[in-house]
Amino acid sequence: MPGISREEVAHLARLARLELKDEELDHFAGQLDDIIGAVAAVSDVAEEDVPPTSHPLPLTNVMRPDVVRPGLTPEQALSGAPAQEQQRFKVPQILGED
Amino acid sequence: MADLTRLTAAETAERIASGAVSAVEVAEAHLARIDAVDEKVHAFLHVDREGALAKAREVDGKRARGEELGPLAGVPLALKDIFTTKGVPTTVGSKILEGWIPPYDATVTRKLKEADVVILGKTNMDEFAMGSSTENSAYGPTGNPWDLTRVPGGSGGGSSAAITAYEAPLAIGTDTGGSIRQPAAVTGTVGVKPTYGGVSRYGMVAFSSSLDQAGPCARTVLDAALLHSVIAGHDELDSTSIDQPVPDVVAAARNGSVEGLRVGVVTEFRGEGYQAGVLQRVDETVELLRELGAEIVEVSCPSFTKALAAYYLIAPSECSSNLARFDAMRYGLRVGDDGSHSAEEVTALTREEGFGDEVKRRIMLGTYALSSGYYDAYYGSAQKVRTLITRDFERAFSQVDVLVSPTTPTTAFPLGERADDPMAMYLADLCTIPANLAGNAAMSVPCGLAPEDGLPVGLQIIAPAMADDRLYRVGAALEAAHQARWGHPLLEEAPSL
Repeated sequence: MPGISREEVAHLARLARLELKDEELDHFAGQLDDIIGAVAAVSDVAEEDVPPTSHPLPLTNVMRPDVVRPGLTPEQALSGAPAQEQQRFKVPQILGED
Repeated sequence: MADLTRLTAAETAERIASGAVSAVEVAEAHLARIDAVDEKVHAFLHVDREGALAKAREVDGKRARGEELGPLAGVPLALKDIFTTKGVPTTVGSKILEGWIPPYDATVTRKLKEADVVILGKTNMDEFAMGSSTENSAYGPTGNPWDLTRVPGGSGGGSSAAITAYEAPLAIGTDTGGSIRQPAAVTGTVGVKPTYGGVSRYGMVAFSSSLDQAGPCARTVLDAALLHSVIAGHDELDSTSIDQPVPDVVAAARNGSVEGLRVGVVTEFRGEGYQAGVLQRVDETVELLRELGAEIVEVSCPSFTKALAAYYLIAPSECSSNLARFDAMRYGLRVGDDGSHSAEEVTALTREEGFGDEVKRRIMLGTYALSSGYYDAYYGSAQKVRTLITRDFERAFSQVDVLVSPTTPTTAFPLGERADDPMAMYLADLCTIPANLAGNAAMSVPCGLAPEDGLPVGLQIIAPAMADDRLYRVGAALEAAHQARWGHPLLEEAPSL
């Protein structure tokens, strides 16, 4: 399988919302290349007719009666907010100027 | 009076219940011990002195009034900083949650409080439980009380170090790939990863949701069982919580026996990369099991050789998704909110500053493994390996009652040795990962000191899902036989701090 380039690491960082510094890109590219080389061992089974396992338990939807129960107060829910206004989370600008 | 910090949890609970000692005296003795040694050990990120003493006074008050006490009433405990604690800081070892005060308790926290356990504080850990040495904590490493220049294991190194250094008789850890068992092995203590779904994950900060499992850390097998029975059980707040009765682990720990038990030795877990002294102590312990009446069988689990590779695709994939919630909008750190950056830029700047290297590596690795074009080759194949490992376990447990192996390939390695070598670090979890992938119950118990370095070696015991009691039956039998041979608990050989 192919290795991973510095450009690919930069792309991954953008996808993962990590504003990496240039020196970090160099550092991580080498390490990720090593790791990916090692974990590629799993691809031996890629063609095998084996069902995938995503979870140790046979999961099904778990339902409970839809009854009102106490939750966090607005003050509690906002207690860790970096910024707040009028009982709401205040966030930086999401849309462009125009 | 004898040193209260040297008592087991079982002895402590008994003395408090009988009135021989007060919960406040026990709490004060442990807080004094923390004051005396934690500057060197750095097991704790936060000591909740007032909260601990308030709970201890509550226990003493209840007893004075003749009210019913919880099963571990007044017993001090160190809680891994991955569990939310209402009104008490929870950082997960990360800068991104520095100063965060959760508005609610995790289910594990709630159950501990209901059992009248005295929570002393929150313990150090690798950031977001990603690591095997506690060096990935944003708040500095923890030392191994056996040798402060060596790692206490990870990610729960703070919890294992706290009980090893007699700062608490009990601690809680979490185990995604070995983070309870590996620290237990390298500190000469007992650590249990319960069956996946046995203990609620509600309020436990998520790393890899299909693998994460909370469990007990203790100095004795019985103490681990007492704590296990307090935290385990169905919780409707966790949809992956198993709705079945908890196996009677306390009775099992009180009735240790391996007579007639079929014990499988995993052939894949030895050879290159394993320290000679570790294999020697493990082999001696297997021989001891035979002497105690167990039938020993060699069992091959060929897919286990791919477990590490599968884990380092599955866990990072799940973490890249789970950690997306740290977006700087609702809680935690926010960087660059000066009017010149968009929300998206603020998220990226915050994550860059708030996450450490290992967390960034794993997020990127997971993003890579899940990206189109690579998904089938990496994540898809890893899920197939997971099936093959589960089948290996099923085949093995059709022949034997429990499996055993070394918990770790080596004893505690020096601080710094693997800090910037991720692949070398990952190898510390080689033997512990299969049980996480399949959801089985597993324990690490001490089996002596490696002759070449005098450091603790752990034996891993693995049982089928929901057969956690078998771990305790075997662990208790081994503990008793070892102590009869050694003349004292292993920890008494640790240097005084």
